[in-house]
Amino acid sequence: MIRFVFAIFATVALTSPLRAAVEIQEVTSPGGITAWLVEENSIPFTALEIRFKGGGSLDRPGKRGAINLMTGLIEEGAGELDSQGFATARDALAASYRFDVGRDSLSISSRFLSENRDEAVALLRQALVAPRFDQVALDRVRGQVLSGLRSDEGDPNNIASLNFNSMAYGDHPYHSLNKGTTESVTALTRDDIVTAFEDTIALDRIFVAATGDISAEELGALLDTLLGDIRAVGAPLPDEAEVMLTGGVTVVPFNTPQSVALFGHEGIPRNDPDFFAAFVANQIFGGSGRQSRLSLEVREKRGLTYGVGSYLAIYDQAHLVLGQFASANNRMAEAIEVIRDEWAKVAADGLTQTELDEAKTYLTGAYPLRFDSNASIARILVNMQVDDLGLDYIDTRNDRVNAVTQEDIRRVVKRIYRPDDLRFVVVGRPENLENVN
Amino acid sequence: MRFAHAALAAALVFVPVSLRAEGVTSFTLDNGLEAVVIEDHRAPVVVHMVWYRVGSADEPPGKSGIAHYLEHLMFKATDELASGELSETVAKNGGSDNAFTSYDYTGYFQRIAADRLDLVMGMEASRMDGLALVEGDIATERDVVIEERNQRTDSDPGALFNEQLNAALYLNHHYGIPIIGWKHEADSLTLEDANSFYEQHYGPNNAILVVAGDVDPEEVKALAEKHYGVVAPNPAIVERNRPSEPPQLAERRLRYSDPRIGSDYVSRRYLVPERNPGDQKDAAALTMLSRVLGGSSTTSVLAKKLQFEDPQAVYTSAWYNGLTTDAATFGLAIIPVPGVSLEDGEALLDEAVAEFLEEGVDPKQLETIKMSFRAQEIYSSDSVSSVANRYGRALTVGLTLEDLDEWPDLIEAVTEEDIIAAARNFLDRRSSVTGFVRSSEEVTQ
Repeated sequence: MIRFVFAIFATVALTSPLRAAVEIQEVTSPGGITAWLVEENSIPFTALEIRFKGGGSLDRPGKRGAINLMTGLIEEGAGELDSQGFATARDALAASYRFDVGRDSLSISSRFLSENRDEAVALLRQALVAPRFDQVALDRVRGQVLSGLRSDEGDPNNIASLNFNSMAYGDHPYHSLNKGTTESVTALTRDDIVTAFEDTIALDRIFVAATGDISAEELGALLDTLLGDIRAVGAPLPDEAEVMLTGGVTVVPFNTPQSVALFGHEGIPRNDPDFFAAFVANQIFGGSGRQSRLSLEVREKRGLTYGVGSYLAIYDQAHLVLGQFASANNRMAEAIEVIRDEWAKVAADGLTQTELDEAKTYLTGAYPLRFDSNASIARILVNMQVDDLGLDYIDTRNDRVNAVTQEDIRRVVKRIYRPDDLRFVVVGRPENLENVN
Repeated sequence: MRFAHAALAAALVFVPVSLRAEGVTSFTLDNGLEAVVIEDHRAPVVVHMVWYRVGSADEPPGKSGIAHYLEHLMFKATDELASGELSETVAKNGGSDNAFTSYDYTGYFQRIAADRLDLVMGMEASRMDGLALVEGDIATERDVVIEERNQRTDSDPGALFNEQLNAALYLNHHYGIPIIGWKHEADSLTLEDANSFYEQHYGPNNAILVVAGDVDPEEVKALAEKHYGVVAPNPAIVERNRPSEPPQLAERRLRYSDPRIGSDYVSRRYLVPERNPGDQKDAAALTMLSRVLGGSSTTSVLAKKLQFEDPQAVYTSAWYNGLTTDAATFGLAIIPVPGVSLEDGEALLDEAVAEFLEEGVDPKQLETIKMSFRAQEIYSSDSVSSVANRYGRALTVGLTLEDLDEWPDLIEAVTEEDIIAAARNFLDRRSSVTGFVRSSEEVTQ
């Protein structure tokens, strides 16, 4: 059972910290692989999350898109089974393995029933130790990736990301997209895919979490079976990126009735002493929900967009404050002006005590609600390990939110909201909006 | 109780009868409000939803988008609450809230600590009959809706084309009108339109309450009596009476081009039966037909024939959604590989289906699909929100709890012959639309 120490309040507003105490066990397999586990037996399946740090940013020079294509091929045949054989075996077990890759990690999200867990794990093991990367599968999946890239060319959000990233990251791998380009993907060979696999899937960068109908002992044995035979060492992790953004506006002309905007500048690292203050401040300024300052000013009061927000973007090799929204071409300039004004206002004046109090009750009240399913608990557990947060993080997280003071906020808003450094990249035909550098 | 439920759940794979009803109870208040309570005590969370049996297909002519626009306005002032106060209060209590509009229903929900159910119910009840819109709320929110339409539809060529496709598929039924509304109509909706739609359709006798999570059904009932029980039934609410489809005698064909299209494709939609109360057999067969044809990108019939054996397609799909009040849609699509024309792509798609009708259903494939349905019963119980959604949708489109309970058995009972018969009976070109979607008018080879 998942247990929460959850206080009952008579009043409407939450006035003291809540604690979500899931019982996490740290499991080390006989072979030495570590995983975090929350055992929860009421539904007969297990959610298993695996992360390999590095992800798409490990693409070798000139091979952009190789790791993404490789990720799409892991399930396309392994050992004795070709693509269809593998899928048939997986479906017969009603198991699912979802492979995905981001700029910082390759993830495997799998779930399997208790009644055939061993078979489901054995099949997934095949994909991790003996993927075939058959040429025919490579060509077929490459065709799908290329088709996706062609669609991206007409997607203003994608065009905005490409432009923003290339301004932000110079020649660091973050400057281009994991999917690669039509040119780079077309040129990839089977050898490139094998290299991408060897660079990415390795024990020196693995994190594992499980939640569901499985004991610590069973999980220990599973870890050795599933992961014991994958290679020990992968490619060196990428270097830190220098964020090279400068303040201004970049307009990328594109025929669309509504412009999209990406905006941001450098932010604050996860391990900074002021990270929690920044996190609380941004919840108030641009956090989710209709109550944030940005949403109130741009959407609720002026109707300039369907949704706008800002967030602390924490990547392994860079940290930024980012935001995005879309506005009709004739309203984009006004929306940008409102956002810039708010940026300057919060940096100069900070936030009110009421805003701070309300953000704390929201954040501390919402936190325990995240732990409501096997799938979400497993995801949280694996991400905590990737972020190096420690087993006691869940117990202390709300205290750290509550410890943020007005003084902390005043200090941190000047670091994370710097109006002169704010860069907007706008894709569309915005009226009365010029490039500014 | 909790452990008994777990023991029963373990048996679900092999005994796919309606055991999930174990944690599901229902009641109806005197004013007509129907309620479903779904217990899940794993975490101290509750999902509280109110679904109204009204959607965009119930809109008066010329007022497309009013159901969705009203959904936005429901977050404004009521007799008891200031504009925005409901969402602010939910957030102050660590919860989140939102709403959604479809053709057949409009839903409002909060996800919050289970001990705050009383609070959110009180606020939700306030907007069941006490919406108090003022002119100031109207224009700004209409701009927001237009930006939403810009974002969801006008910026996405595929979404724009789907509007045209649906408009051509439904000759008379309002499913042919986009939920968010045609832009020129959504742009001119008024305060009066919103109030009139609200007064016509909102009230306890047109609502379904779904409460899911760490709750006791008796306490939920007591709270529902306290908050919703005092809301008077709305006498304006009548049985749904929508324009229906005439016999469709002529196949329709559309050509669309947009420079933002990445890969040219063919999309076809057929008008087919939906799930009906006490009569879901055709829908079960159509569900299985869609899975057999296109349920897997690797092992379904279209993928095998068109992406593996003789690779002529980058992507194929077959889909069916029977959870609608009136006539539903069955879809087929193909993205041919570069160099294969859309005309040839369509022919390949039709040949693949024709071959399938001759060859019949592979019994092993059918058994695998049934296994995945049984497993899905287990996997989906992990998310209390998705279970709540399933009940809310089914009840608002007109199905009963019994229909939901029967569904797994009906799926299990579908035979190879049923699937072939469904394809022969319902995939009728006369009641279909086929669209060719290209990046440019010029056909290049």
